[in-house]
Amino acid sequence: MSIADKQQQVLDELDLFQDWQERYEYVIELGKKLPAMPEEQKTSEKLIKGCQSQVWLDASTEDGTIRYAADSDSVITKGMIALFVRVLDGESSDDILTADLSFIDKTGLKEHLAPTRANALNLMATQMKQRALELAQG
Amino acid sequence: MSSFDPASIRSEFPILATEINGRPLVYLDNAATTQKPRRVLEASRRYYEELNSNIHRGTHHLARAATEAHEKARETVAAHLNASSSDEVIFTSGTTDGINLVANILTASFQPGDEILISTLEHHSNIVPWQMLCERSGASLKVIPCDDHGVLDLDAFRELLTERTRLLAVTWISNAFGTINPVAEMIAAAKAAGARVLIDAAQAVPHLPVDVQALGADFLVFSGHKIFAPTGIGVLWGRREVLESLPPWRGGGEMIKEVSFEGTTYNDLPFKYEAGTPNIEGAIALAEAIDFANELGMAAIHLHEKRLLEKAAEVVGGIEGVHLYGPSERAGALSFAIEGVHHYDLGTLIDQMGVAVRTGHHCCQPLMARFGITGTTRASFAAYNTMEDVEALATSVEKAAMMLR
Repeated sequence: MSIADKQQQVLDELDLFQDWQERYEYVIELGKKLPAMPEEQKTSEKLIKGCQSQVWLDASTEDGTIRYAADSDSVITKGMIALFVRVLDGESSDDILTADLSFIDKTGLKEHLAPTRANALNLMATQMKQRALELAQG
Repeated sequence: MSSFDPASIRSEFPILATEINGRPLVYLDNAATTQKPRRVLEASRRYYEELNSNIHRGTHHLARAATEAHEKARETVAAHLNASSSDEVIFTSGTTDGINLVANILTASFQPGDEILISTLEHHSNIVPWQMLCERSGASLKVIPCDDHGVLDLDAFRELLTERTRLLAVTWISNAFGTINPVAEMIAAAKAAGARVLIDAAQAVPHLPVDVQALGADFLVFSGHKIFAPTGIGVLWGRREVLESLPPWRGGGEMIKEVSFEGTTYNDLPFKYEAGTPNIEGAIALAEAIDFANELGMAAIHLHEKRLLEKAAEVVGGIEGVHLYGPSERAGALSFAIEGVHHYDLGTLIDQMGVAVRTGHHCCQPLMARFGITGTTRASFAAYNTMEDVEALATSVEKAAMMLR
């Protein structure tokens, strides 16, 4: 499934929900399901700076694809980053770098977020591409 | 029944009719800023429609009328604080501005070895200006610790207070935990030790009657916007003989008597510390806000908020996993955390239910570090809050906690 297809899948799932509460429950569930990063991997280099909650992001290569791991002390933030992980994990760096991640704007989640949190989402997307670029450049 | 009626008070605040997701707004972020009653908004508007003019030195009608209104506002503030003279009332842009003003005019009075005493409960605005003063002068900063309830350790305070202490700068009420510090006792001890005293009254002026003569400090600062006035106006009260003995800070218009290229003589109090065109409208609106608060009665406001806080502590404190910060005797704010729930997530979800609170470190990072936390959720109250607001807070917190755990 392409990145665009996976994005559409997320949007279709969110579309099933009627109100803010169901959407948040969905995000919280994603946050709880995303595996926690081991404490020793939550280093300051992996911390995304500029978020109100703490967010750690790790990227590695596996068979020519990029694998992501992420964690946060805020379960909603973790659920948001899980959306990105679901869409980008296991894709090639080329596909990740050219992916249009504006799908997050269509989820309707952003309008419920404080501006600082909406910015944090953009920051996460940028950071995921940045790590993919660094790995691709070796 | 008392004449203090939150429902009728609410009706004077247009913004409180706002709906969020189809629910009425429950505004519990008053320690950050309060909403404005119609009469304060009208005072601002009336100033621009009927009085707008630059004050002092003007010969025309509007300049005289605006000057009169501005100076009358100063008298309203002086009376509210029970200052011995309105000359002791300096208009600033807010608490932070007032503290920076004092930190700058005190710079030359400090030398290496001198100490400034603050407390663990301080807002960054009552920490950073003193750190900067220490950098300029070589003085050092000492910090009064607090116990696990967020109450200052007065034994430690007495030990830290020495002949090297030149200034005690302490908050009256903690913005983060609502702790009420025993400032009268602390001021008396500091004065006896020969130190000057600044009281950060940002969270006290909105909730308590204040009498600067009875307190006996040298400086007291507050912001207008936390007591129903607009942002950008605040007050530094300073004891006359202290302010007269200190140098000016900002130079410019208003603060001078005569200027020549050979030298300048400075104006008398209060103008010596008010360089440039002041926030005339803000001062007038602040006086209106103070009149409004006094008509409700500061003691009545305090009692009403005390009941709300006690109820909030009871119902929020009763929710599973909730830990309350601060002592049981609070003013203004109730700070709490829920086990296994990030305060940021809690704030986000209860916002969806129309409840506005503040989450995070409340500009008190050293205090958060003392408790080993990154932040709390803080509900803070004003005269227009009701028992229904407290119930809505508890209901929304309980629901959000269930969703998040």
